[in-house]
Amino acid sequence: MFGSSSIRRLISALMLLLSGAAQVTLAAPSHFEAAPLGFDAAWHLLVRTSFAASPADIEQFSRLTREQAVERLLSWTDKPRITPPPAWVGEPVTPLSRLRDMSVEARQAFQRNNIARGLEMRGWWLQEMVATPSPLAEKMVLFWHNHFVSSQQKVRQPQYLYRQNLLLREHALGNFGALLHAIARDPAMVIYLDSASNRKGQPNENFAREVMELFTLGEGHYSERDIKEAARAFTGWSIDGERGEFLFRPLAHDDGVKSVLGQSGNFDGDEVLDILLAQPQTAEWIVSKLWREFVSPHVNAADAAEVRRITSVFRDSRYDIRVALRTLLTSDAFYAPQVRAALVKSPVDLVVGTLRQFQFSAGDVAPFALVVAQLGQNLFSPPNVKGWPGGDAWINSTTLLARKQFLDRLFRSEALRPAGPAAMTAAAPSPTANPNPVAAMRQRLQRAYGEVHFDSERWLQQAGNEPAQVQRLALAMAPQQALPEGETRMALIRRLTQDPVYQLK
Amino acid sequence: MNRREFLGSAAAAFTTGNVLAWLPQPCWAAVNYQKLLILVELKGGNDGLNTVIPYADSQYAALRPRIAVARDQVLQLDESTGLNPALSALMPLWKAGEVAVVQGVGYPSANLSHFRSIEIWDTASKSTEYLQEGWLTRAFAQAPVPRTFAADAVVIGSAELGPFSGGGARATRTIALTNTEQFLQQAKLAAPAGQAGNAALNHILRVEQDIVQAAAGLVNASGKPAFSTVFPQTAFGNAVRTAAQVVASGSGVAALKLSVNGFDTHSGQVGTHTGLLKQLAEGLAALKSALSEIGRWDDTLVVTYAEFGRRPRENASAGTDHGTASAHFVLGGRVKGGLYGQRPALDRLDGNGNMPFSVDFRDIYATVLERWWGLDTSVALRGRFAPLAILRA
Repeated sequence: MFGSSSIRRLISALMLLLSGAAQVTLAAPSHFEAAPLGFDAAWHLLVRTSFAASPADIEQFSRLTREQAVERLLSWTDKPRITPPPAWVGEPVTPLSRLRDMSVEARQAFQRNNIARGLEMRGWWLQEMVATPSPLAEKMVLFWHNHFVSSQQKVRQPQYLYRQNLLLREHALGNFGALLHAIARDPAMVIYLDSASNRKGQPNENFAREVMELFTLGEGHYSERDIKEAARAFTGWSIDGERGEFLFRPLAHDDGVKSVLGQSGNFDGDEVLDILLAQPQTAEWIVSKLWREFVSPHVNAADAAEVRRITSVFRDSRYDIRVALRTLLTSDAFYAPQVRAALVKSPVDLVVGTLRQFQFSAGDVAPFALVVAQLGQNLFSPPNVKGWPGGDAWINSTTLLARKQFLDRLFRSEALRPAGPAAMTAAAPSPTANPNPVAAMRQRLQRAYGEVHFDSERWLQQAGNEPAQVQRLALAMAPQQALPEGETRMALIRRLTQDPVYQLK
Repeated sequence: MNRREFLGSAAAAFTTGNVLAWLPQPCWAAVNYQKLLILVELKGGNDGLNTVIPYADSQYAALRPRIAVARDQVLQLDESTGLNPALSALMPLWKAGEVAVVQGVGYPSANLSHFRSIEIWDTASKSTEYLQEGWLTRAFAQAPVPRTFAADAVVIGSAELGPFSGGGARATRTIALTNTEQFLQQAKLAAPAGQAGNAALNHILRVEQDIVQAAAGLVNASGKPAFSTVFPQTAFGNAVRTAAQVVASGSGVAALKLSVNGFDTHSGQVGTHTGLLKQLAEGLAALKSALSEIGRWDDTLVVTYAEFGRRPRENASAGTDHGTASAHFVLGGRVKGGLYGQRPALDRLDGNGNMPFSVDFRDIYATVLERWWGLDTSVALRGRFAPLAILRA
């Protein structure tokens, strides 16, 4: 069976042949035959895009061509999310004016409540990542969260960040231009990058700078003057503090002529965003970032032609994110031997991936958001507007040890479990006992370690029970430490997950 | 294979900006790394003007109608300059002549992005060039820290290695930890490992090996000695306690890096900034006290730094935006206290309303390398800078 894109590719290849241009070395995929992926490529595709590769999914995907496999992953992204959001997400925000009038105690209570709700929101997202039938959609929401960064450290009220998360979901596999325009008006972003205090005559350059440096062009493709001029175009973009919604304040807007990237006019913010979207550099910046997320840690000189090809397809599609992903995930570069096991798992990859790969029975997984935070990826609170740097930077002496400890704990609770989940649950203190929200969540985490259950017998049976097969499912390449013969299967799993190679994908 | 052996890494040499790859062989300079360096990063860009205050300059109050520190509140250092009162814990050290206050620290063509500017500081690059490794990574490649030391450097309370980052095959042995007890407990999961062909895996193996060695060295650190110093109950106070324990373990470490977070005060600055300065000063005072107890204060040099200072004119949100030059502190038992650099030139702001600098940050690095460690700066700083005369003979 041919996917429609492979038919298109076949036709274009034929046309090239007819035109006599086939001798030209093409950066485009060279596999015209519709070969099935096989085990290793299916594992690679699933782990990179979907957190984990279950034996059942591999069985299915290994028989598909690249195009079919990627189409299937993309079609899954339309599935609705399944974890109900926290109860308070629809509550109106507290206007800042009311905050000023609060007593010290009321303000502290407000702050505590924000922290508690922020934790609940992190748990909600983590739970969804573990349970979702559409893992690629979650990966992309996380990708955009790390691109269009906003942090609860500054935004404070979690309703804003929840709404931003919904916005990222809406556009995660949609149109990048539409996403850029929407995020610029998103209340969490307006607060995070100080747009609300950007007024005529008193510009605040924060948003104008980051929209160029991080969201569209990248450092080195604009001048300080472009930032100053663009900041004027965004003056008046604010929020209605009472309703917590975007508000344009015409009186604060600078109506003068601005000059941005060689163009002059009485631009408003949307027109500046369109100028940025018209720069060829923008598509390349986004594709390079997708490359580092999905393919390999660096865009090497040898990759430049392929990145340019994907960039041009992305631009021709007028920023259709689905098109960029499809082109990337069906490229030869994505499956090349040298990129296998070349990426370090992010904390989310490690935690969500382990729970999914070993099919832990659904206990209360929300508190594992604390583990993810401890490993350096506190959801809804990236370290700064540049987001998590990722790659090798995920691993230092602190985080490597914390990763090993998490895995040790997860599989040890399985081995030591005396008489089913109930025994441990009973011993843990009630989560409502502690008024400190972080401490309460830690207690919940202790219980969660006891509750989540790895059914090793069932999993091993699915995996085929052979040590070699277990290893292939767990690791992206051969383990660093040699495996002793004749260990119990549980000991084997613990050994594989403690191996340095388990940190790679 | 010992990764500190210098490999003939021809391939790496062609990577742009990899200065180390061009270094033909280690100079094996005899550096006495018993002389300790402690860096303190003020993350987010500290407002130097409200830290070291030109209280006699009428423009200071004029530029900052809402956030200026009142003249009668300032802790006077001389007839025109004083410290923010939140820094009162530093005054005993100032009076003992152990605090150098360096004003106007910056660099040409300042970049106002947090990430880019701290990268410039961490790699000691020009504003226009991109280097791949920290300035101390280059220094330690030039004059290696003894293998017998538990680690080259320890970063406390932050996962970012900053000046110790990068270096590929010549990476530093840097341990990031929050407290020593937790580190030692967890280190039991690390196993000695070899090398691999995969770059990401190699990084992981190297970190694992560094953990094993550091744990062996720091095993005596926790709980010892029983300092009589009272450490402040703050994030920075806890980091200072950990730093003192690491030094007291006697296992050897050439440099430590601590940080204080939260200096990016774009709005409602005064309350936040006051709290941060107080935390900083009380932590530094505890550091002096603890290191004096174990007889290490005289061979310790403490240097603060940050990606930039903040704009002299306050913004509409009673905060300050990203600026350029700022004031920094150098402390230690051998420091010659006093005011260095030039007072803020509030009458000579540039087109963006920012201050000119008078001391290049690499002058401070040169002071560390040449005057503290006796190391030529041509590798670490890739040029000559003017060390400050802030150390006693």
